[in-house]
Amino acid sequence: MSAEAVHAESFIRRYLFSTDHKTIGKQYLLTAFFMGLFAVGWSILIRIQLAWPHANLPLLSRLFPGLYQDGVLLPERYLSLVTMHGTVMVFFVISFALVSGFGNFIIPLHIGARDMAYPVLNMLSYWTAVPACILMIASFFVPDGAAAAGWTAYPPLSALPQAVPGSGWGQTLWLLGMALFIASFTMGSLNFVTTILNLRTKGMSMFRMPLTVWTLFISSVLGILAFPALTAAAIMLLLDRHGGTSFFLPSGLVVGGQVLEHSGGTPLLFQHLFWFLGHPEVYILVLPAIGIAFDVVAVFGRRPVFGYRTSIWALLVIGVLSMIVWGHHMFTSGMNPYLGEYFSVATVAITVPFAVLGMNLIASLWRAEIRLHPAMLFALAMIAAIGLGGLGGLWLGTASSDMYLHDSYFVVGHFHFMIGVVTAFGIFAGTYYWFPKMFGRMIDQRLGKIHFWATSVGVFFAFIAMHFLGLGGVLRRTYDPTAYEYTASVTWLNLPISIALFLAAAAQVVFLVNFFWSMFRGQKAEANPWEAATLEWTTPSPAPHLNWRELPSVFRGPYEYRTDGRAAGYRSQVVPDEPPAEVRA
Amino acid sequence: MTTGGQKREVFALAALFVAIAAVTVIGFAHDWKPPVASEEGARVDSLIRYLLFATGAVLVIGAAALVAFLWRYGRGLPSPAPRSDPRLERWWSLVPVLGMAVIAEVGVLVKGLPVWKRVYGAPPPGALVVEVNAQQFEWWVRYPGPDGVFGRRDPHLVDATANPLGLVPEDPAGRDDVVVRNALHLPAGRPVHVRLRSRDVLHSFSIPEFRVKQDVVPGMITAITFVPSRAGSYQIACAELCGLGHYRMGARVIVHPAEEFDTWLEGQNGALQ
Repeated sequence: MSAEAVHAESFIRRYLFSTDHKTIGKQYLLTAFFMGLFAVGWSILIRIQLAWPHANLPLLSRLFPGLYQDGVLLPERYLSLVTMHGTVMVFFVISFALVSGFGNFIIPLHIGARDMAYPVLNMLSYWTAVPACILMIASFFVPDGAAAAGWTAYPPLSALPQAVPGSGWGQTLWLLGMALFIASFTMGSLNFVTTILNLRTKGMSMFRMPLTVWTLFISSVLGILAFPALTAAAIMLLLDRHGGTSFFLPSGLVVGGQVLEHSGGTPLLFQHLFWFLGHPEVYILVLPAIGIAFDVVAVFGRRPVFGYRTSIWALLVIGVLSMIVWGHHMFTSGMNPYLGEYFSVATVAITVPFAVLGMNLIASLWRAEIRLHPAMLFALAMIAAIGLGGLGGLWLGTASSDMYLHDSYFVVGHFHFMIGVVTAFGIFAGTYYWFPKMFGRMIDQRLGKIHFWATSVGVFFAFIAMHFLGLGGVLRRTYDPTAYEYTASVTWLNLPISIALFLAAAAQVVFLVNFFWSMFRGQKAEANPWEAATLEWTTPSPAPHLNWRELPSVFRGPYEYRTDGRAAGYRSQVVPDEPPAEVRA
Repeated sequence: MTTGGQKREVFALAALFVAIAAVTVIGFAHDWKPPVASEEGARVDSLIRYLLFATGAVLVIGAAALVAFLWRYGRGLPSPAPRSDPRLERWWSLVPVLGMAVIAEVGVLVKGLPVWKRVYGAPPPGALVVEVNAQQFEWWVRYPGPDGVFGRRDPHLVDATANPLGLVPEDPAGRDDVVVRNALHLPAGRPVHVRLRSRDVLHSFSIPEFRVKQDVVPGMITAITFVPSRAGSYQIACAELCGLGHYRMGARVIVHPAEEFDTWLEGQNGALQ
């Protein structure tokens, strides 16, 4: 099929049940923004509670009668908010936007393919994700409210409906929603891996792929390997809840004055299964963000990525290590201490390849010609977030200091840098960078910069300060942070943290306004507004159906900016090598 | 390409990176932790101090490089053409590889492992053995009594008021067991081996002043050892989400001078006496 075959398709075929990877990518991105409204909204309620734990809030009580009673947030609903904020952010915002959104949109365009290897499977993947979203949102409206056992859903709390309100229908919907999400994500990952391995255009060797594609490739492989563990855990937990089994429930449980009939299971099994996915999931999300940062830094720094190959090796090492360090979430779980020490040794080793990536990103500015587009601002600030998150990770990966810091706000601050700020900044950098290719229009730079500054000031301050709260001993998932005397001298930090995060949340309104305004009213974009060298910029903006009239051939690596002693200019991947002088003569 | 506007922005961005590094370094220089009160805690604090200096140095070096490059190559000054030299890049990667490998593993193996061994290794002879039971949302502490043996328990005998731990009355070893609600009395300067049990969901036994934390898992017994170093009053805080009362699942820890503790324990009645 040639590009001329672009035909009049019905609205439904074109925008709803499309098999075009670009449309599906955009659908995922917009779905992520939609789910993000909920997840950010919930976090605002959480932050209000933490900043003013003893306040009476009649207005919120009127707005959310299910959550508040007589102006007071109910403690069990607070746990629902925390649980659903985490779950939706990790799986339905960041995974959707970064991996499914940009992955779908950019992989074929980056490697010179007309579409994904399995376009129909791709559509199916998206339309499996939609009911998963509906289940998650709907769980707020069932009796006893949404799941309240934390995004980690540790049994027995998540297994016993009588253990916590929210462990009723809410938890069941949560598990079903996760099962659908996993099915959807697995379809997507298989598609990505197959596409990257088989559909690269002529000349596009693995070592000529942009780093975004490399990171998406590694993420997809990790997803395929790790997600089945969570599928198994979710099924077993459903059976424990509804089938009377005891995979995670030991004998002798006494809940609500009743001795339960369960016997023979252990809660630790669930933790191993959960983190066997849960830890690689961190890298599934973080790596594509870092890949985008490399691409953006090269384009807006006008120089080749420093250490393209060492970065790829570092990424591969991270991929392997990420599968064998899940136990560092369980140092204090009761797991054998020898095993804990092994996990500690392996975990902190991950900082080594990460430091290589960080150094390569920074060194990619050496002899650069920096252009401060909003995409570049987010990519550069991401380097700081990688540094803070990665170095804080060393404190937690060291088992003996984790003994003090585990389950404290230090952890909350740390993972908000890694899977919050790094990934969000990846999403924003990617959006500002690829917006012209997605919608054929330019996104407004001034609003983009306002978005950047308000977001950065807010999140950096808030999540750094959360480390201090954690050092002060404030524990996570606590409804009232002032409940313990020993934290009395540090809990004042909650108020400035909340204000900083309200600022960051307000900045997202600017982003969304800019996004939708520019989508319809932005200045028309040229094919290659950034003078970028990778393949997606060799086709018009927006990229047409099937991407190119004729598939491009590739002659060089993805980052040839100002190389060969040339002070200016760049060479697109499709520019053939100049023949030697004697041949030309 | 570069305008006056960009110069201002480069300055602002450089200022942001300096501010991030400054807030981090100055903030971490302040000691937020509650005053330490166990021997293991002092070692954890020493490990944290090591991590603070080591990771702080890396952070400052990284931020300095970032700001320097931004300043030099962001303001539109002529920039020499970049070199793309894979050999050079490979050599440079040795710097973070060796640097981080040393920093990270010294923390785990040299500074961390000895603490780990004290907390999780076999308790020294003469350690006081205490059983701490967690349940939604309180802590029940049991001492073995003069015979030094804990009595048997049966979940079917649990009665919220009369027999909260489900002690078996027929077991003579249990008659002198001392059971205390929401208060953990300990002697200063003597190793304490805490055996942890839960009867419902996961909890986590944490005493921030001691820098220890151990999950309490239904169906198994977890245990840690530590030495309270000074007399005083501290708190147990549940650190693992356990339900709607999780945030207020606290208990008192009272560390007595050693002789005072013995007197206190002798003054307690057996749970079934």
